[in-house]
Amino acid sequence: MADRKVVDARGSFCPGPLMELIAAMKMVEVGDEIEVLSSDKGSASEIPQWIKKVGHEYLGSVEEGGVWHVTVRRTK
Amino acid sequence: MEANRISLVVLSDKREQLQMAAMIASVGAVSGADVLVFLSMNALRYFVKGAERRAPPEGPMGALMEQKKVLAFQDLFASAVELGGAKVHPCSMAIDVLEIKDGQLEDFIGEPMGLTQFLDVASQGQVWSF
Repeated sequence: MADRKVVDARGSFCPGPLMELIAAMKMVEVGDEIEVLSSDKGSASEIPQWIKKVGHEYLGSVEEGGVWHVTVRRTK
Repeated sequence: MEANRISLVVLSDKREQLQMAAMIASVGAVSGADVLVFLSMNALRYFVKGAERRAPPEGPMGALMEQKKVLAFQDLFASAVELGGAKVHPCSMAIDVLEIKDGQLEDFIGEPMGLTQFLDVASQGQVWSF
């Protein structure tokens, strides 16, 4: 079963959350999910665009109390 | 022209300019571009170990970034190298004028580069100047 890692990037501004996601991506296995917590709205749209560009899987985003939860899966 | 190569000439000593250069370098590098950063003129001193790391703001945005503790541009350039394989080189002329010795620059910075080599790489893709 795939693992799920949470990256808490709250308080970090663009491209900080994206860079934290990429650092985490290198640490997890293919198939694992990563949930990024970001208080930066720009990163909530930047991350899905990066995921699409490089070919991983974007699983969705939800906003709760000013924090975006962006979930992705490493595919390669 | 190869669209997947980005060369940045970074000269400014202003926070906004340095920050934007670091943002493009880092996101470009982790998005698959071959990124080359050429540090020269007033920018280079912010990459000397032990020197002042905070560049003065050019306007209110720079002051706000400092106040909100936006990630330092040096750390973003380091991420560009570590996570995206970007190459960051100091200008050999600036190294000589500033009398910077081996080992005095941040560890993620490569060997001094001359303009002939930089221009050769820069001719193969996008060039951004800050």
